[in-house]
Amino acid sequence: MFDDTKPATKLVEVNNLKMHFPIHSGLFRRHTGDVKAVDGVSFDIYQGETLGLVGESGCGKSTCGRAVLRLYDITDGSIVVDGDAIGDVRQKDLRTKRPTMQMVFQDPQASLNPRMTVQAIIQEPLDEHTNLTKAEKREKVLALMDQVGLNRKFSGRYPHAFSGGQRQRIGIARALALNPKFIVCDEPIAALDVSIQAQVVNLLEDLQREYGLTYLFISHDLSMVRHIATRVAVMYLGKIVELAPREELYAEPLHPYTKALLSAVPEPDPDLHDTMERTILTGDVPSPSNPPKGCNFCTRCPAVMDVCKQIEPEYREVMPGRFVACHHYNDVTTTAEQTAASEASDRQSLRNGA
Amino acid sequence: MLTYTFRRLLTAIPTLIFISLIIFLLLDMAPGDPTAQLPLTIPPEVREQIRQSLGLGEPVHIRYLLWLKQMVWSEPVYYLSQSVDWISAPDEARLISWQTRAPVMDTILERLPQTLMVVGLAYVVGVLIALPIGIISAYKQYSVFDQAGTFVSMIGFSIPPFFSGVLMIILFTVMMPNDSFWWFPSIYDTTLVIDSWENFGKQVRQMVLPVMVLALQTTAQISRFMRASMLDNLNQDYVRTARAKGMTESVVVLKHVLRNSMIPVVTVIALGIPAIFGGAIITEQIFKVNGIGQLLIVSIQASDVPMVQTLTFIFAILIVFFNLIADILYGILDPRIRYD
Repeated sequence: MFDDTKPATKLVEVNNLKMHFPIHSGLFRRHTGDVKAVDGVSFDIYQGETLGLVGESGCGKSTCGRAVLRLYDITDGSIVVDGDAIGDVRQKDLRTKRPTMQMVFQDPQASLNPRMTVQAIIQEPLDEHTNLTKAEKREKVLALMDQVGLNRKFSGRYPHAFSGGQRQRIGIARALALNPKFIVCDEPIAALDVSIQAQVVNLLEDLQREYGLTYLFISHDLSMVRHIATRVAVMYLGKIVELAPREELYAEPLHPYTKALLSAVPEPDPDLHDTMERTILTGDVPSPSNPPKGCNFCTRCPAVMDVCKQIEPEYREVMPGRFVACHHYNDVTTTAEQTAASEASDRQSLRNGA
Repeated sequence: MLTYTFRRLLTAIPTLIFISLIIFLLLDMAPGDPTAQLPLTIPPEVREQIRQSLGLGEPVHIRYLLWLKQMVWSEPVYYLSQSVDWISAPDEARLISWQTRAPVMDTILERLPQTLMVVGLAYVVGVLIALPIGIISAYKQYSVFDQAGTFVSMIGFSIPPFFSGVLMIILFTVMMPNDSFWWFPSIYDTTLVIDSWENFGKQVRQMVLPVMVLALQTTAQISRFMRASMLDNLNQDYVRTARAKGMTESVVVLKHVLRNSMIPVVTVIALGIPAIFGGAIITEQIFKVNGIGQLLIVSIQASDVPMVQTLTFIFAILIVFFNLIADILYGILDPRIRYD
């Protein structure tokens, strides 16, 4: 299942990650419940790959990305980045770890301090984490600006003087300043118009090739994820419902939600557009503070069964490299596990042989 | 920026002339008679002569233009001739107070130091207390400190100085034993000359009560502004970016959040400065500080039109001027704002 080019080292391991935000209500602001934005998510990201994370608005994609970088204090679960468990480290002690893991934020306007020049924005991490001299820092900033395709002359300007695409480049240069290994891209292209989206995505790909970066690419744009991601994880209501290599996922989605999501992608061919069968989901996403019993998707699933409303489906590998959380695949499990086991051993022997 | 400033200064001229006309007409329509406080034994015809000698016989537009000429031409030229010997003093009589028969500007300049000392210091103290309170309140929103700060601000907003001032006097002057360190005089002695450390201590002690009363109000206002502005910025995305860069919390709060939050606060502080020159009418009365506020209220009571007119006109100039300062500060602090 794994390509030969893909190194098998895991850079990021996320296990049963939970991020709950407390709800306080009533006269005494008592803790009455939780918004379960991310509720038991597990995935691994291999060195040098791009894991796409897709899902509709409000399903917890961004929260998941921020929680992985510990921009929140997570409720439960473990996170390992580059060999270090960071799940329960104090924020203060985490600062030295920050250079390895960076983030490109969604809103390029709001995520840059309006009172700092581009030079100051990109240089600030260098001030904090390195001992370079002033001239070296300046040179490094200018080199970074070259890399992301910004004119060096603009280093003294403020973020408001740039277009959206240029601002996102500043954000990328800022993230690259400390030579990170792992970058979370939180909808980096959502706020840009289409022609600029392609430029920014190409820039991200070039940088990945050049520095061997590992991305967690969060997006709601399925075609863009198909373009950039190595593997794709689909989130629904705080949980990953399906995780699979890109080609398999787009060719043959397993989970009913993934099927519905993919069938919602616009079809450019007018003939196909009229004849294609779409799975139209009805109803709204349930509230993450009060998710339904059983499977989270059971309220809207076109292929719902009785068991779905009672028992929460287990998230497991039903085919080699393909994880899904759905009762429809309960019976395939055994065979899949067998094939997975045999393929794994084949791979092992191949590797040993090589 | 420079052209902008000049343009604003030029447009300020018609504004100020219009304001002065409105003030003049308002004062002219107001009831009251400058001779009302003279003894009743003065016969009506003499009273009328006094009124004529004050210039009240002229029609209102002539009186206005005469005042305007004295205000913007004769008085500046007089003060210039005092400081530079190659300008001779103007021929016209100076702008005279009807009440004291002394030049209006001289009286104002006499009163100004007291006001600036007491009200100005109260403003500085108030701002210095307010800023940290606002910052900490916002950073630890809904904490005990924040709740206490909110409570104190509410008190500062809702209790008028004529109550808090009198309360302070009762607490620190009347009820406090005379020999205690915490006893403070309730009367401000303007004649005190600071020529020794002892007198300096006296000066500090007599300023404590009025400064406290006034600072409470400034603190209440500015700390709320500071808190709101900090809260606005604390949730901004660039703060999360700063944390993701691995900045220490002090850098995140003091460099990123505070510097952005100060933009509206600084302009509010600048806009509050004209009020210092205006004095604090009530507080100055309570603590017997003979500053500008007290001068204004006494002049109003005596229908001393030239004094009231001049004072209000100076306030208008200061307000227009500090509005301009606030706008320029905004442009300096916020790189997104450019005026040219």
